Amino acid sequence: MSNIARAFDHGKAFIAFITGGDPDIETTRKCILEMVRAGADLIEIGIPFSDPIAEGPVIQEADLRALTGGATTDDVLGVAADLRAETDVPMVFMTYLNVVFKYGYEKFFSKCREIGMDGVIIPDLPYEEKREASEVASKYGVDVISLIAPTSEERIKTIAADAEGFIYVVSSLGVTGVRSEIKTDLESILREIRKVSDLPAAVGFGISTPEQAAKIASYSDGVIVGSAIVKIVAKYGKDAPSHVYDYVKSMKDAIRGL
Amino acid sequence: MSKGRYGIHGGQYVPETLMNEIINLEKAYEFYKNDPEFNAELDTLLREYAGRPSLLYYAEKMTRDLGGAKIYFKREDLNHTGSHKINNVLGQVLLAKKMGKTRVIAETGAGQHGVATATAAALLDMECEIFMGKEDTVRQALNVYRMELLGATVHPVTTGTMTLKDAVNEAMREWTNRVDDTLYVLGSVMGPHPFPMIVRDFQSVISKEARQQILEKEGRLPTAVVACVGGGSNSMGAFYNFIDDKNVRLIGCEAAGKGVDTAFTAATMATGTLGVFHGMKSYFCQNEYGQIAPVYSISAGLDYPGVGPEHANLHDTGRAEYVPITDDEAVDAFEYIARTEGIICAIESAHAVAHVMKIAPTMSKDDIIICCLSGRGDKDVAAIARYRGVDLHE
Repeated sequence: MSNIARAFDHGKAFIAFITGGDPDIETTRKCILEMVRAGADLIEIGIPFSDPIAEGPVIQEADLRALTGGATTDDVLGVAADLRAETDVPMVFMTYLNVVFKYGYEKFFSKCREIGMDGVIIPDLPYEEKREASEVASKYGVDVISLIAPTSEERIKTIAADAEGFIYVVSSLGVTGVRSEIKTDLESILREIRKVSDLPAAVGFGISTPEQAAKIASYSDGVIVGSAIVKIVAKYGKDAPSHVYDYVKSMKDAIRGL
Repeated sequence: MSKGRYGIHGGQYVPETLMNEIINLEKAYEFYKNDPEFNAELDTLLREYAGRPSLLYYAEKMTRDLGGAKIYFKREDLNHTGSHKINNVLGQVLLAKKMGKTRVIAETGAGQHGVATATAAALLDMECEIFMGKEDTVRQALNVYRMELLGATVHPVTTGTMTLKDAVNEAMREWTNRVDDTLYVLGSVMGPHPFPMIVRDFQSVISKEARQQILEKEGRLPTAVVACVGGGSNSMGAFYNFIDDKNVRLIGCEAAGKGVDTAFTAATMATGTLGVFHGMKSYFCQNEYGQIAPVYSISAGLDYPGVGPEHANLHDTGRAEYVPITDDEAVDAFEYIARTEGIICAIESAHAVAHVMKIAPTMSKDDIIICCLSGRGDKDVAAIARYRGVDLHE
């Protein structure tokens, strides 16, 4: 069992995303420590990519700020290593396949193990293409997280049966970003998943308020929040860590005890 | 290894949200490509509406002036809407209609594919939205208005470099947002499988006709086929039916911009490395960390940082050659073919003409070159004037 399972050990998990290097690496480090202090159960660190096709404007702009600020894959791996010395919270990277491919699967996943990263989320790596990365990743004990979308239908079972770490359920059509309403029938998707997999399933895309988090956590194993956190970083820049703490705490409190 | 591979290239690297949709598209295509009714409808559209077959024109003056190989132009510029793009969009939009879709979206660089898609959508009663880099909407303002005249909505894309790759990003994002009633009509032999196959098949009419036409005119196959390559749709179409004719050289002309040793280039084969982007494994202009590079060319239709996976494989196997052509060379060729043959071709196509000008004099009079004139150049006249220092605005 991977370290990721620990994130789901104490009730519903709150999974917090932040773009590495936005606006600089040191702010990312401080924000993540605040997220952990506020109760985040799993940290997703985004390695910025020039053309993030699954992201809405908020995370696109964060990637651009990070890259313009000079953040590289090595810098983000570096901050993850630093954080590992300070916290044992489960952590995964989130990035696009080209970033990992170009770095080299061997080099990337061996560094993940060295650092103590538990997994990687790659939105442009569907089930059919997963093997080229997951074969190398599994050698180093790194989980390649599978995503299931509202359009997955009969693919749900195939994907879920093959999944590792946790299952990332995409709440809505479209790209990442805050949504006022989530219309997908998530409960039936989660029922399908549970027929074939015992892995925890967390829901992401569009979740920003404690009310949404509580509702979704009531029938899933956790909620994933990205854009709402990245917005706080965009607004407060270097002063973001304390604001990120307040926000993550309000979200975690909303799902505690469910 | 997944579907849609060309050697190590190709594949289906898209978000899960799109997977069922591209699987459905593949199934629909596999059905309709063998459906007599679909093929009859498409044939009629190509013949009666687009004006096919396009001419294979013997450029006698250029041949004489360059003093080497006989030069033929495959006149895709004479198609309705002014380029080869119509071949693909009539096929794809008809396919979309058969699939029960009511809306098509597309990216465009120079505007040729956008105009063609808007045209097919108007004809076949489909809602149409076009994504175009803001930079390109300025460079090709006339085409924006043309698309609007045809009833399409044009979305200027303000992210990234505001050019073709960003237009593809936005079109893909929009497709994940609305898949039920919408088909993404991709404009080149790129993207996730089945697009490189579908677009190549619809464009292969170019080489199907050209092969037959040259046999009729000359009784033998050409020595070389030359075409420009951005994503690579006109060149893939021009090469395809000659691939098995091992003695026919296939030459793709990439946009070198200000030169392959400068940062201002879009020559993917010359300067790119293996990567995974826009749904496919292929060659891309990128930095050591896999960040896609901003690319540059005078031609809005060729400044794309990647190349179609089948081209990448033709490059790997050595079946096709790829050469870089600079802005200067392309502009010279644009002017030369206008003066010599009375043809104002697209600046994209002028990249191929420039290479013909280089190789024809080195070849014997028994040699034959077929050059694909992928589009007409009305859209480029103002930009070329500005390039030459003439203050002309549309």
